[in-house]
Amino acid sequence: MTESVPVLKHPMAKYIREDRQPWIYCSGCSVGIVTGMVARAIDNLGIDFSKVVVVSGIGCTGRTSGYFKTGTYYTTHGRAIAFAEGVKIANPELEVIVVSGDGDIAAIGGNHLIHACRRNIDMTIVCVNNFNYGMTGGQFGPTTEHLRYTQTSPPPIGNVEHSFNLVKLAASSGATFVARWTAVHVRRATKSIEKGIEKKGLSFIEIVGACPTAYGRMNRLGDGVAMHRHLLEVADIQNGLPPHEAELDYETRIVCGEFVDVEKPEYTAVLREAYKKLRG
Amino acid sequence: MPKRIMFTMGDIACAEGAISAGCRYFGGYPITPATEIAEWMARRMPEVGGAYVQYEDEIASITSVIGASWTGTKAMTATSGPGVSLMMEAVGLAVMTETPLVLVNIMRGGPSTGQPTRGQQGDVMQAKWGSHGDYQIIALTPASVQEMFDETIRAFNLSERYRVPVFLLADETVGHMRERLVIPDEKDIKLEYRKLPTVDPSEYLPFKPDDDLVPPMALLGTKYQFYATGLTHDERGYPSDKEEVQIELITRLNNKILKNADKIVEVEEFMLDDAEIAVIAYGTPSRSAKRAIKDVRQEGIRAGLLRLKTVWPFPERHVVDLATKVKQIIVAEQNLGQIYYMVKAAASPTPVHLMTKPAGMPQLPQEIVQMIREVHSS
Ligand SMILES: Cc1ncc(C[n+]2csc(CCOP(=O)(O)OP(=O)(O)O)c2C)c(N)n1
Ligand SMILES: [Mg+2]
Repeated sequence: MTESVPVLKHPMAKYIREDRQPWIYCSGCSVGIVTGMVARAIDNLGIDFSKVVVVSGIGCTGRTSGYFKTGTYYTTHGRAIAFAEGVKIANPELEVIVVSGDGDIAAIGGNHLIHACRRNIDMTIVCVNNFNYGMTGGQFGPTTEHLRYTQTSPPPIGNVEHSFNLVKLAASSGATFVARWTAVHVRRATKSIEKGIEKKGLSFIEIVGACPTAYGRMNRLGDGVAMHRHLLEVADIQNGLPPHEAELDYETRIVCGEFVDVEKPEYTAVLREAYKKLRG
Repeated sequence: MPKRIMFTMGDIACAEGAISAGCRYFGGYPITPATEIAEWMARRMPEVGGAYVQYEDEIASITSVIGASWTGTKAMTATSGPGVSLMMEAVGLAVMTETPLVLVNIMRGGPSTGQPTRGQQGDVMQAKWGSHGDYQIIALTPASVQEMFDETIRAFNLSERYRVPVFLLADETVGHMRERLVIPDEKDIKLEYRKLPTVDPSEYLPFKPDDDLVPPMALLGTKYQFYATGLTHDERGYPSDKEEVQIELITRLNNKILKNADKIVEVEEFMLDDAEIAVIAYGTPSRSAKRAIKDVRQEGIRAGLLRLKTVWPFPERHVVDLATKVKQIIVAEQNLGQIYYMVKAAASPTPVHLMTKPAGMPQLPQEIVQMIREVHSS
């Protein structure tokens, strides 16, 4: 006798293209958790999902856009923000969310990041910082810590370069909402993403995550569970701390919280006001 | 707007053409000799309720244009060689995601920084082959201020109809010359807009083509959900690494242009009816060629001109036909020979002579006269 077992649906499944399952992510990866955060933030806000546009660049994190059941776009590597700017300026009614990796956003796309922050265009950028280029197999990037090992900064030397602190970068470039959480701070990070979406201005939210397959293995940081447990242990929640004090040291202390929440005229709003005046 | 007459520059005519075509988004980065387009757009866009956005580089400029286009806004960028080189990866993205957009290249001397204030036609092959992979685009080559206006409108119409980036390839001389421009009454301008999906959103397949090989395009922020990606994708838009999906997709992307070439290609035939010698030219050299042909006809040499207004897709049928009628063909272009190779392949075995000029001043009428005489007496 076979009894039909009721299939439990994930509460966020309504936002996801289930026909694209399984996800491409490795086990232990943080990107799926972040996808969940974005879905929950949209759900909690109750916004019209058809007006939400999810954009990403190339990378493991970049694959996120393709799982959302709305208008989604996978740009070339590094150009998610530039695409998103065109969307938002051409149609300010849309809710534009960029989800992409640290390499995509801070290396090849770093110029677009700082200039979008400077312009203060209303969009929410969620950047998953897994300290390396995951998609291509784990090479060092602009967030890889000094002397860490990757496929292109192998032992015995390690990474000769120094890393960007993305919170400081976004804040000093002019972003009006800046936060950092780790992948284990799901509730808090989701709340920050909600605030970012609601904010009329550029919001930058860094989610420090784990890439056990590449970065974890090269640096003997353990499996996905161990890496996430570590993130919880070293997280130091300091809401309201000046962004220039939001230090990130993987080994010892990852300062988390909301660091910037300021008001500044937003690009598309300024444009709209100017047009109104022009028309008289 | 009613009919207007201006005495203006090619670059400005291009900007006005874009506005008449319904362009309401311009993303760009200043560069000689295309700067005047940006400057004109910065003044005009607010007046028509559009946006002029100056980006940090050409990569952001064109990528933002792709984004704007997906909201349903007609969008363009304008640049010159160095900027086009930076845009090339995004051109491929626009081809792969079938995004209507217009890319204006006011061609200057190259390679590299070259001669910013001097014209050339050195980017003709780049327009066709500059991005990686097998693909087709459309490229138009205006030869006057009026055509900078008219062909910009045609560029928008073609990009909307075929969902493909369209290049407006103008040499610097055409961009910077000043002539009379007639802007027709807006009701006399024929405009096209991309096909939108009509099926129920639950049945929508974003990359399933109609019989014309072009799929209806859903816009961001509508009830149609889709995933557009530069990755090879099936009709659902989902990435695939299957061989048959790759073959089907890129074959269709190429065929939607090549199989419609007769509807895209425009040429001007000048004094070709009885011609024994044909000159093939486009842009500024074609103007010198017209003068030269009138002059040699005074001497009794039966010469004519095939002026290419479209270089991509290449007007192969026109050249093949021409080659059966004339004895010799001269290709005059402001480079070291680019379209020449296409002509040679299509015209064979009719002899094709190349007249090069890899610099700012195009072939002068008397130089073309000289060339025609030489070919005539050979
Ligand atoms: C122009 C270009 N250069 C290089 C690549 C190869 N590439 C694909 S993803 C990637 C790095 C992605 O790293 P990150 O943004 O940190 O995302 P992750 O995979 O770590 O989530 C690179 C270098 C590419 N696709 N395009
Ligand atoms: Mg990464």
